Amino acid sequence: MAKTILAVDDSKTMRDMVNFTLKSSGFDVVEAEDGVAALSAVQGKRIDCVITDINMPNMDGISLVKALRAKPEFRSTPILILTTEGGEEKKAQGRAAGATGWIVKPFAPDKLIQVVNKVCP
Amino acid sequence: MSQAPVSVEFERFRQTFFEECSEMLADMEERLSRLQSDGLDLEELNAVFRAVHSIKAGAGAFNYSRLVQFTHTFEYLLDRLRDGRMILDGDIGNLIIQSADILSEMVAAAREERDLAPDFEIQIHATLKNALGEGESQTEVKTQTATMTADQTAQIGWLVDFKPKPQMFRHANEPLLLIRELKSLGECQITTSLHSLPSLEALKPEDAYLSFYIKLRADVPESRVYEVFEFVDGDADITIEPWVLATGPLMVDEDEQGFGFFDQDPLSQISESEAAAERFGVNETIITKSPNSPTRQSQSNAQNTNGGQAGSVQSIRVELNRVDRLVNTVGELVIAQAMLRQEIAVLTETVLTQGQGLHANESLDSLEALTRELQDCVMAIRMQPVKSVFSRMPRLVREVAGKLNKHVRLVMIGEHTELDKTVIEELADPLTHMIRNSVDHGLESTEKRIELGKNPEGEIKLTAAHVGSNILIHIEDDGAGINRERVYNKAIEKGIIAAGAKLTDDEICELIFAPGFSTAAAVTDVSGRGVGMDVVRRNIMKIGGRIHISSVEGKGSRFTLVIPLTLAVLDGMLLAVGKERYILPLTSIIESFVPTGDQLRPLVGGGTLVAVRGDYYRLVRLNTIFGVSHSQSDPTKALIVLVETASGGRIGLLVDELIGQQQVVIKSLKENYIPVPGLSGATILGDGRVALILDIEQLGKLSDQHLKGLDPVEIPELSVPQIHAA
Repeated sequence: MAKTILAVDDSKTMRDMVNFTLKSSGFDVVEAEDGVAALSAVQGKRIDCVITDINMPNMDGISLVKALRAKPEFRSTPILILTTEGGEEKKAQGRAAGATGWIVKPFAPDKLIQVVNKVCP
Repeated sequence: MSQAPVSVEFERFRQTFFEECSEMLADMEERLSRLQSDGLDLEELNAVFRAVHSIKAGAGAFNYSRLVQFTHTFEYLLDRLRDGRMILDGDIGNLIIQSADILSEMVAAAREERDLAPDFEIQIHATLKNALGEGESQTEVKTQTATMTADQTAQIGWLVDFKPKPQMFRHANEPLLLIRELKSLGECQITTSLHSLPSLEALKPEDAYLSFYIKLRADVPESRVYEVFEFVDGDADITIEPWVLATGPLMVDEDEQGFGFFDQDPLSQISESEAAAERFGVNETIITKSPNSPTRQSQSNAQNTNGGQAGSVQSIRVELNRVDRLVNTVGELVIAQAMLRQEIAVLTETVLTQGQGLHANESLDSLEALTRELQDCVMAIRMQPVKSVFSRMPRLVREVAGKLNKHVRLVMIGEHTELDKTVIEELADPLTHMIRNSVDHGLESTEKRIELGKNPEGEIKLTAAHVGSNILIHIEDDGAGINRERVYNKAIEKGIIAAGAKLTDDEICELIFAPGFSTAAAVTDVSGRGVGMDVVRRNIMKIGGRIHISSVEGKGSRFTLVIPLTLAVLDGMLLAVGKERYILPLTSIIESFVPTGDQLRPLVGGGTLVAVRGDYYRLVRLNTIFGVSHSQSDPTKALIVLVETASGGRIGLLVDELIGQQQVVIKSLKENYIPVPGLSGATILGDGRVALILDIEQLGKLSDQHLKGLDPVEIPELSVPQIHAA
């Protein structure tokens, strides 16, 4: 069964890119445009991995990570945050919130696949 | 590996090892000093364990087999305390302290390459083993063959020590996946440590307990190995070290290579499925933990690049002589700058327009501000807390008190006071001697104290504090105090003073600093070894300091050391007396004024007092002390500078004129000339002239002597090489 990845980003370009890259590698992708949308999108779905941007309206990525980690079904789901180069502080915040790892934006498609495979084989 | 000859490299590693050892031992000492009062919490116990462990690891690498054997047992004891299988009670506490002392000594011996008596640590080692329980077969530690034989080694892969922290799973990271990824890089030999695995009841299903030691045989860069663990950095302790194999005749057993501790563990090479099982808290393999399992504890997150070390102080090691060169150069810079200011002042008055002069002076001002900052920075490099010396004292007190069967409590205050490194080093010997002296001669025996109704436990207080440009160190005991009569008689007996000499109480106390003086009825093996307080005083004077004693019989004694903060630079006030120029330390100046005639009171027997707002101070005439001619000797036409001595007294100095504030570089008179009483040094002024730096403390005394009819201080003609900008 194909793994389902939740891609959360307020930028449509970014969502499209993630979507395209992952789909072409055989993943299913669910999209959400911010944290709030993400939380409603995961209702009743099995999600194998979450990739989220940090700066988003309504609910930012860090809060989303926290909210997801608080849900029993997400306790051991890998969650990756998208950071910019040198975003050490965000990385630390993400880690504190419970994120599994990070991907530095902009990223090459194969890097994305590699990281997703790493946390979610 | 390195191009340098093996022996040189080796020596350097060795040095680093011992430097680290000293730091670790000092830290350990400090922690253990709190053990008796507050006990040790787990964190402290861990720190002590890590220190012993690191020493063992280093000792193994450098082939100090005795050290390895001893630390092995010591570490093992600490490990058992750490995981609660042994309880830290008073006896064990003492044993730890004693073991730490023995360890210090063994490290010192190894460092100095001296041999210890063959039975030096035998007894304590046996006690340690006893405490651990005889029944257990202590695995003898094979000393690791030194791995520093650079020329005969080749790297074949990486040794990865991977210790997940309990919270790792909370970030949905999975050791199994990481190990799998590592396997994709090359052949892996994985050893799993079950050491932290609790009993089933205590096991938290969502915590990580296993740690892994992986030998990865692969030709990949370190960064690639690190990348595997990138996401768990912070959630795990990871060390990645080159896996180096000896290829020459020094071939050592692969398993002994660079890592020797897991091998003694009852470790199973567990399969991936078992590792996976851990994740879900279902560990079906029945694992009995042998008590014989010292853990390998990585001391640092070697690869911590993710800002996980917030708050920790980073440092580098720099050779002291480089720092000294820097200090010196900055000193010369200050002088050169003063010269420049002088030149510009002259130019401003002669050839420069007002605007040009203004500009030049502005630039000079900012240059000065920068120089000052530079100087502060450079000085700060040399500053160290006195703690490094203080921290040796608890052990000393324990040792000495133990030998003498006295109960002594050492109280230390102000250990964070900072002082120039060279000064600190010079302090170690005198302080050691004085503390030893206080325990031995200062404090009464326990029985005597009980008899006198004193607290059976004697107290020695060691304090350090900044006062002006000095630091004051007090060594205070609540012992018997100085028996002045005995000291007085002894001094006559030893021919130090003439029979019938009239001395004040303070003067009698000071006699103990006289060469060849020792009041101890019997020379004990503790302090009386012929090294007397005179040596202490000499050592203190060598670093520009002074020592005083005050004592109340029956109540105790107090030694006060006045030590200059730094030996290099001084904020001074330039004074004129006749044609001579003197520098006063700025911090000692209270005020200056031109006295009126009714402020001056002549004293019977010579000398003058000056009244300032109801208080009277002694007037010290610099011109008479130093024999300066053509100076103003009528105080009402000159200037009085009121200064404070380090011990808190005040005197008024009679000078012709205050010229201005100036930062000066202190040049030792002793090194460049000869020591002169009343002067603590000299400096070179902007115009190349020499100005003498006044030693206020001594000036008061000199003035007294002068009143008693002694000749002025003679200062032979100075010939100081002129420093000129090329």
